[in-house]
Amino acid sequence: MLKHFKAYFNQQNSAAPLAVFRIGFGLMMFISIIRFWSYGWIEKLYLDPKFHFSYYGFEWVKPVGDWTYLIFIICGLSALCVALGLKYRLAIILFFLSFTYIELMDKTTYLNHYYFISLVSFLMIFLPASAFYSIDTLFKKKQYLLIPQWTIDSIKLLLALVYFYAGLAKLNSDWLFKAMPLKIWLPSKYDLPFIGGNLMQQEWFHFAMSWSGMLYDLFIPLLLLYKRTRILAFVLVVFFHVFTRVLFPIGMFPYIMIIGSLVFFDPKVHHKIIHSIQEFLKLFSIKPKPIATGTFKYSNQKLIVSGLLVFFVIQMLLPFRYALYPSELFWREEGYRFSWRVMLMEKRGYANFKVVNPKENTYFYVDNTDFLSSFQEKQMSTQPDFILEYAHFLGEQFKAQGHEPIEIYVESYVALNGRRSQPYIDPDVDLLKQYESFQPKSWILPFKDDIKGL
Amino acid sequence: MIKRTFLALFTVVVLMFSCSSDDDASGGNDNQTDNFDRSAMLINWADNIIIPVYEDLNSKLEILAAEKEVFMAEPTPANLANLRTAWQDAYKVWQYAEMFNVGMAENINYIFQMNVYPTNIQDIQNNIESQDYDLSSVNNNDAVGFPALDYMLYGVGNTETEVVEFYTTSASADKRKIYLSDLTDRMQTLTQTVLEDWKNSYRDTFVSSTDNTATGSINLVVNDFIYYYEKGFRANKFGIPAGVFSQNPLPDRVEAYHKYDFSKALALEAMNAIQDFFTGRAYQSGSDGRSLADYLNSINGNEDLSASITSQYTAARTKINTLNESFAEQVKTNNVAMTETFDIIQLAVVLLKVDMLQALDISVDYVDADGD
Repeated sequence: MLKHFKAYFNQQNSAAPLAVFRIGFGLMMFISIIRFWSYGWIEKLYLDPKFHFSYYGFEWVKPVGDWTYLIFIICGLSALCVALGLKYRLAIILFFLSFTYIELMDKTTYLNHYYFISLVSFLMIFLPASAFYSIDTLFKKKQYLLIPQWTIDSIKLLLALVYFYAGLAKLNSDWLFKAMPLKIWLPSKYDLPFIGGNLMQQEWFHFAMSWSGMLYDLFIPLLLLYKRTRILAFVLVVFFHVFTRVLFPIGMFPYIMIIGSLVFFDPKVHHKIIHSIQEFLKLFSIKPKPIATGTFKYSNQKLIVSGLLVFFVIQMLLPFRYALYPSELFWREEGYRFSWRVMLMEKRGYANFKVVNPKENTYFYVDNTDFLSSFQEKQMSTQPDFILEYAHFLGEQFKAQGHEPIEIYVESYVALNGRRSQPYIDPDVDLLKQYESFQPKSWILPFKDDIKGL
Repeated sequence: MIKRTFLALFTVVVLMFSCSSDDDASGGNDNQTDNFDRSAMLINWADNIIIPVYEDLNSKLEILAAEKEVFMAEPTPANLANLRTAWQDAYKVWQYAEMFNVGMAENINYIFQMNVYPTNIQDIQNNIESQDYDLSSVNNNDAVGFPALDYMLYGVGNTETEVVEFYTTSASADKRKIYLSDLTDRMQTLTQTVLEDWKNSYRDTFVSSTDNTATGSINLVVNDFIYYYEKGFRANKFGIPAGVFSQNPLPDRVEAYHKYDFSKALALEAMNAIQDFFTGRAYQSGSDGRSLADYLNSINGNEDLSASITSQYTAARTKINTLNESFAEQVKTNNVAMTETFDIIQLAVVLLKVDMLQALDISVDYVDADGD
């Protein structure tokens, strides 16, 4: 066993798959940043709001005024450098740091696929992705045709984890037996050409989509790994992601996953891809130069492998942390994030905050639009940690205006997956006396239904 | 290999489409096709509610402008009384128009030039004295429209005689008459503009835009409707005067404060307007057409939601009926009844904003950020 283990970590494979992944990933990220900027989202999401929701423990990460643009410039340029393989190690470290900083600035914008990108870029810091077909090899006048097999496999493992855990998360009664939330989302696409008025309205189709989505997520990693099903699997990947892109506003994510899953293919395919890039560059009279070749060897492989093993064990355990909290996960959202729970819920809420002066027995309500963007308000009203953080922010605001003594209560309602709205947070709890922690939040009212499953 | 990939991909797509058309061919037994006629709902909104409301408002404002001319020529207590009646009639119709902030109304900031209160007396006086004002300016939003007329017709004197004197005895009398006239004319011009746009071109654009996007007519109107219910109706008419957003009650923030005993009448009109829109009741004939309630009922499992919303409206109306004719007086004498009314109105906000929007899957905000 141990022998196999050791042998595996000494296996070598072509450096092409990782090089292609690096190029694809870098380009996608570069385009994503340009797209993000051009849509005016830097202003809308990070500069305009007066208040930002922080991740627990990362309250110090905030937008930094006009310097925020600089972070995006660093992020975009480092992504481009990753693609080019120019100063790769520095570029990927800068990309990881800047991208993660951007994501940590406001959890309103949390998306699983942003988290995925942070993880991939973190992993890539330790991989020899610029060993082959990169500008760095031109400077060093040396390139490596072979790299350790496990470096390619680590990317595959991360991709497989994302899919598989997304599939596990779909093993619940709402998704499988009520076709929720697709039953809400699909019929509302009545304006799609051809299929909007009929197919999207069929109940069997909602179930078919739910079940096939679950099966797709659970089994696509295996199908991609197994050589005989790989092409079929890739067709499925393309179809699934393009189809979901048509249905839902999911931005660049589908393209990233499509490009990403190329890493499962044989090196031959990657050599072909590199060859076509070379042909394309010839149009601009950029010709490949002969460079000396060698085999890549880590000087500290043991250390890196053990570190990455810890990283993956954490990744495998983190999505199950919800089991440490009382149910219902979808309702309470304790341990919901960072777990590949993608498109699982249709959740809407309404939160009306009450500022009370207990001494004079007076109160007034808060107009949320005074402090929050509509996007922030939407996210806040369905997630307890947002509600708590906002309540404390309101406390500071009104204390500064001389409102003391002060207590803050919230009257809130949430509707989950087509159920009628129910009271969400205990309206008799002064939120200023509650603090964020990893402990279960006692002031979330119980969910008056049952969602079975993982 | 790439060719094969595309071929396979193509096959999957074709298979999917052919499956769906097979199903259509064998259909007839399934009742799950999208059979709610959104276009009929939009036509009902446009032809039976929105355009008739603007037509009525426009004719009421024409009467108001005519009465204003009579009063200017002959500022007598009798003519003032007629002018005031015309203002009241128009103000009641306005309650049916305020929720529709789409098309030209949105483009020209119509609503903010018609009913921003409390009106700013200082601004009005400055405008009168300077005779140099742009009534369309954002800075003058609180010095124009129905609330400004409320002040000009009721607030400038304690008795009818005093009000008439305001326009007759002072050296500024002519300037005041001109401002009164300009205010009235502007309200009529704006309404005319909005109405003409609906009649000439916007109506067809509006009813044909049935898609579920941020710019689709249903999304625009539903968002306006909810915004109006929460802000224009709930907060402005009840919440703010009752002091639920401030430390103390603010009785002078009620609608039509200077008329004083008119706020309840306006609120009841608004309540009717809200319910009529929800149930698709035609403004003139009173007959029911395709509505938001029907739309909700067409979606499986939401049949009781429209009933809950309607009964919440009824509860709110019943409670409003128990209030004083003057909300300002109500707030001063028994504000608890006012905050109780606010709480009842509030319950429908949750049903509209949370349950209804979830059922219809209408996006409540226009932030086009990515989702997962």
